[in-house]
Amino acid sequence: MIQLLINGQTHEVDVLPETPLLWVLRDAVGLTGTKYGCGLGLCGACTVHIDGRPNRSCQLQVGSLAGKPITTIEGLSDDASHPVQQAWITHQVPQCGYCQSGQIMSAVALLAAKPKPTDSDIDQAMAGNICRCGTYQRIRAAIHTAAGQTGAAS
Amino acid sequence: MSAPTRRGEQVSRRDFLAATVAGGAGLVIAVELGSCAKIENKAAAIADKLEGPLPPSAFVQVAPDGAITIWITKSEIGQGVRTSLAMILAEELEADWSRIKVRNADYQSRFPDMETGGSSSVSGMWNPLRTAGAQAREMLVLAAARQWGVPATECRPEKGIVHHDKSGRRLSYGELSVRAAAMPVTAAPRLKAASDYRLIGWAIPSLDAPDRVSGKVKYGLDTVVPGMQYAVIARCPVIGGKMKGYDPAAALKVPGVLAVHEVTAGVAVIATSTWNAMQGRKALTCQWDDAAAASLNSAALSKQLRERIEQEGALVQEVGDPRKQLGAAAKVIAADYEVPFLAHAPMEPANCTASYVDGRCEIWAPTQSAGTAVSTVAARLGIAKSAVTVHVTMIGGGFGRRLLTDEVVEAAEVSRATGKPVKLTWTREDDMRHAWYRPAGVNRLQAALDVSGMPLAWTHRVATPSIDESHNPGSVKNDLDPFATDGAAIQYAIPHLRIEHAMVRNAVPVSWWRSVYASQNVFATECFLDEVAHEAGQDPVAYRRTLLARSPRELAVLELVAEKSGWGKPAPGRYQGVALHHFFSDSVVAEVAEVSVDKGVLRVHRVVCAVDCGLVVNPDGVRAQLMGGVLFGLSAALFGAITVEKGAIVQGNFDGYRVLRMSEAPVVEVHIVPSSESPKGVGEPGLPPIAPAVANAIFAATGKRVRRLPIEV
Repeated sequence: MIQLLINGQTHEVDVLPETPLLWVLRDAVGLTGTKYGCGLGLCGACTVHIDGRPNRSCQLQVGSLAGKPITTIEGLSDDASHPVQQAWITHQVPQCGYCQSGQIMSAVALLAAKPKPTDSDIDQAMAGNICRCGTYQRIRAAIHTAAGQTGAAS
Repeated sequence: MSAPTRRGEQVSRRDFLAATVAGGAGLVIAVELGSCAKIENKAAAIADKLEGPLPPSAFVQVAPDGAITIWITKSEIGQGVRTSLAMILAEELEADWSRIKVRNADYQSRFPDMETGGSSSVSGMWNPLRTAGAQAREMLVLAAARQWGVPATECRPEKGIVHHDKSGRRLSYGELSVRAAAMPVTAAPRLKAASDYRLIGWAIPSLDAPDRVSGKVKYGLDTVVPGMQYAVIARCPVIGGKMKGYDPAAALKVPGVLAVHEVTAGVAVIATSTWNAMQGRKALTCQWDDAAAASLNSAALSKQLRERIEQEGALVQEVGDPRKQLGAAAKVIAADYEVPFLAHAPMEPANCTASYVDGRCEIWAPTQSAGTAVSTVAARLGIAKSAVTVHVTMIGGGFGRRLLTDEVVEAAEVSRATGKPVKLTWTREDDMRHAWYRPAGVNRLQAALDVSGMPLAWTHRVATPSIDESHNPGSVKNDLDPFATDGAAIQYAIPHLRIEHAMVRNAVPVSWWRSVYASQNVFATECFLDEVAHEAGQDPVAYRRTLLARSPRELAVLELVAEKSGWGKPAPGRYQGVALHHFFSDSVVAEVAEVSVDKGVLRVHRVVCAVDCGLVVNPDGVRAQLMGGVLFGLSAALFGAITVEKGAIVQGNFDGYRVLRMSEAPVVEVHIVPSSESPKGVGEPGLPPIAPAVANAIFAATGKRVRRLPIEV
């Protein structure tokens, strides 16, 4: 049994320690907001926070995470009220939405580190998150809005 | 396992019929009258006797508490149909938008056409949904009129309430729902004037956005069914290869692995979690017979296309005598263009959950074609179509990939083998290497110019495989698939025209991909037109303007994109290219790309897009779809290529198959030509013009023509 601290709650999971956090979240804990996209840390759909910092959960062995605070998309708010989620709604960012959990987790971490990011800060922080629907422009605008800045028009 | 199942969110055919009876009242607002007539009659027969809420019709239910449920019969793949289709019905219903709930319809005979493709959801559902909404509205109004003993013409429906202004009385839709169910259905209800629209034409926020930003939306891969097991399938790496044998021993020793079963697609490894199934597959040893295609490679495939383009193709269209003109013209120019195979690579890899019990199969699938899922599962399992239920989940991108149902059939087969519900996951590598691809092709164009530089004759030969033939053997006669030349029939006024399809056959599986053949043929036509304009010494916009003088929709779109892009006045160091296309969904799109090429580094800074897509249902959704089409096409133009070595697809993930990232995405501006024509599709038409617009801008920057994708500068 491995004890995990996810979104402030302790979960005991019966998995091998080398199992990636992604599959533990999805298949064992039942938190399916964190998405599988590539399994190699290339697409960012599985982004979660460990100790507040963004990480690709498909690349994290769960055995290394005992006791460390893990935050998933479900941990941001119960009702989409987190300022970044609100900005995403304001700009109507999601199309299919599949990548957006990861996009939002990356954006939240960026804003925690840099409350007023420039466009190039955004490019750098979001480079690991792929969207195939073409929402990048609205993501950028939403991040600026969440930062309290004037976003580019979409 | 605390996640909810999908079961509770959707209504199966069985549930629907039960609700009709148990709910008591019997209105079915039939849209496809033929297929629904029986249920409609049955419902009507019980309507007078029973009490209850206005039951679910084919599309809408009004409950006594005023909640309105709209069933969405098109798959939501990110194009926003759950909002736009609901808007159409709610508009005519005069519903209170805040009371609208939407549900994905399950496949059933009353929804004969749930296929979601061809940018046709809004245009195809426009009249049926308006009619259904208006029918329900008239029934609610009539119910109020009868209750008050006043003429229906004195009753005014507005935002979910029927008002009788003379007396000041009012009744809510919820209060009227039971009585309304007994009212007669008007076959041809009065439809609202566009000037009275409160929803259509307005940027209504997506109903799904709050759940999509919260991780609450349940995609196919998020399906949880009680007792479910997890599977992946080991597949022959070589296209068309067969299994010779396998040894399950090592796989069965992997912790969590429950079983190994041979299935049509290969060897299924079933486990207690997705990860355990993947580890089991790694341990499995399989022997494959890959002789059929082991020598297949991209160089040979390209050579096949280049040889085929030298030979005459089957005639698709001929106007005048273009070949005679080419022989006699003052000037003839010619060019060949080549495009590669492409993967769809939606963010949600292919997957399906299936439960086979006692000869019946229940399916939860992120599919664009629930009907195909039903028929292919029934055929593979040898059961009746009526024994297959398909719940269409939310979907993480489609782009045409999910019109095919391999993973659905596979999941059904695995569930039958195990006797348990099973979630089959295709890994990203499975999704990229064992999928279906946008066909590769070579296009040969020739134009004869008159002394003033205008085109007299234009010929276009398209050498490419037939998608239709590969999925419906025998459907293509005489080596001619006219659809393979889609986009070649240009909108420009050229007196002599010839289009040929030079059929190509090879082992690489092909399928529909966002905008299908227009993605390749419009690259060729719009690049070539730019070459012709340059040869004539004319500005590319001015040249098109002349050729579109008698095509008012195209001309309006061209003028709008020229104006909004500041055509001819790019920012310093930047260069512009233009392209235009009248897509098969009947939308017209023109795009101007603004690029720089600095020390061999291409950067696409800005794309201005103008569209005439008829009447706009949701302008915010239209803008999103056009932006999406532009970026999907740009991703392919800059990076996209699936290649084959020794019979296997080389690219397996986003390292080998690069896609556009945020730092590479241009600003996209979308401008809409006002129109009162019926709505046209917008999911795909943003795509075809982007590759030629960028290629033409690169020529403006460097003087070098781009005749091959992906772009190299």
